[in-house]
Amino acid sequence: MESLTNRKKVVSDKPMTLWEKAYLPAIISGMITTMRHMFRKRKTIKYPEETREFAPIYRGQHVLKRDEQGRENCTACGLCAVACPAEAITMTSAERQRGEEHLYREEKYAATYEINMLRCIFCGLCEEACPKEAIFLTDRLVPTYFERDNFTYGKDKLVETLDERIDITKRQHTGKRTQL
Amino acid sequence: MDTALLIEKSILVLLLFLVSLGAAAYMTYFERKLAAWIQDRVGPDRAGPFGILQPIADGVKMFLKEDFIPAKADKWLFIIGPGIAMFTALITSAVIPWGPKLHLFGRDITLQVADINIGILYVFGVISIGVYGIMIGGWASNNKYSLYGAIRASSQMISYELAMGVSAITIVLLSGSLSLNDIVAQQSGVWNIVYQPVAFLIFFICALAELNRAPFDLPECESELVGGYHTEYSSMKLGLYLFAEYTSMFVSSAIMSILFFGGYNFPGMSHFSGNTLAILGIAAFAIKIFLFIFVIMWIRWTIPRFRFDQLMHLGWKSLLPLSLINLLVTGLVIAFKNGWF
Repeated sequence: MESLTNRKKVVSDKPMTLWEKAYLPAIISGMITTMRHMFRKRKTIKYPEETREFAPIYRGQHVLKRDEQGRENCTACGLCAVACPAEAITMTSAERQRGEEHLYREEKYAATYEINMLRCIFCGLCEEACPKEAIFLTDRLVPTYFERDNFTYGKDKLVETLDERIDITKRQHTGKRTQL
Repeated sequence: MDTALLIEKSILVLLLFLVSLGAAAYMTYFERKLAAWIQDRVGPDRAGPFGILQPIADGVKMFLKEDFIPAKADKWLFIIGPGIAMFTALITSAVIPWGPKLHLFGRDITLQVADINIGILYVFGVISIGVYGIMIGGWASNNKYSLYGAIRASSQMISYELAMGVSAITIVLLSGSLSLNDIVAQQSGVWNIVYQPVAFLIFFICALAELNRAPFDLPECESELVGGYHTEYSSMKLGLYLFAEYTSMFVSSAIMSILFFGGYNFPGMSHFSGNTLAILGIAAFAIKIFLFIFVIMWIRWTIPRFRFDQLMHLGWKSLLPLSLINLLVTGLVIAFKNGWF
């Protein structure tokens, strides 16, 4: 049969020659291998001082984006919550009042928006489902705690602040979406 | 007794004690670093610059751990076990000539605690006692894993002591003396390794087995016996066992350099004299010891552990016959040279 890969090795049980039985040549060749490793480049990343570079498609803590004028993109349509396989997202919607046009982009907005970070599996389906370019996963890590009570992130943690916009261009440049 | 001699020897003993403990402590550091390098890692680097304070941190940790004695253990034997292991590891260094004579305060100071004329026998005697530490500890723990480890240690010791002894006898034949001092003095020209490469190889392999070092670390093989003979030990008692292992590694590296690599002799020795010679000699000896330690550690991080039956095959079927043949050939050559035929 023709082999599919070139990794096939023919196993043989022919008795060892005297040279092989002496062990020492094999041991010495093994020691040369380990000696070579001694002078290789170290693979260690010394964590607190240096951090590993994230892949451009890394899926970390979510952000709720605002548009260029600082208005929230989210319209509380609920598609992200429907798409979420872990059922981590809940929200309540509200109607935009007169005078709030600078806060919310469309007539409807999310009054509350919560993601349970303990349920979330960071699959990115919410981002894929979102029709309004509102929710994105970023390269930020969700910090860990010993207690479980602080892991339901509300709008206070999710919506980006006006003076500290979260950069998501890396994710937008993956070819999936075009810039707004 | 001469008071000055007493002071001189006491200082030497104290110095040796501190040096072997310090060496053992820093060997643990070096071993961890070497293991890391071989595995493409960095190794301990947090305690002090390059992690050089790591052994101190480890020592403090060992002392602060809970010292636990199992309820069913034999209490006194449990305490004596690590003590014997450490004691025997330390007293071996008494007969080792560490360097040529020093001239200080108008006295000739020999850098050897006791120049006994049966140095080799003393060394072998003490090393064989060393297994009692492991045996007693393993027995007193009242734990099956510990007992297995202890049994393995003693059977390994018996199997490898023979081949080791025979290859040491070859050296004795060659130099005609049992005193380590004489053996070193005779190697000022050509080192014994040139005449006896086979004996050295056998001796080295047996030394690895006696030290319970990989690939012969069956008494404490983690994968099957948890911790082997020191499974039940904690705190500084465990520390003493581990320390004893490193101390005996240091001492046996010294003995191997004495028997086969000329001890404190080094090429171009005749150009120096007096204290310069002594200091250079000590340095040469230290370098040789360091190289041996390096090779032993290097082997540990290269070769996987032998299976128990492979260990016994190697000891009884390969090393012992080989060392006997080597002894016979050496004897014949010496007899021939002396014109007995």
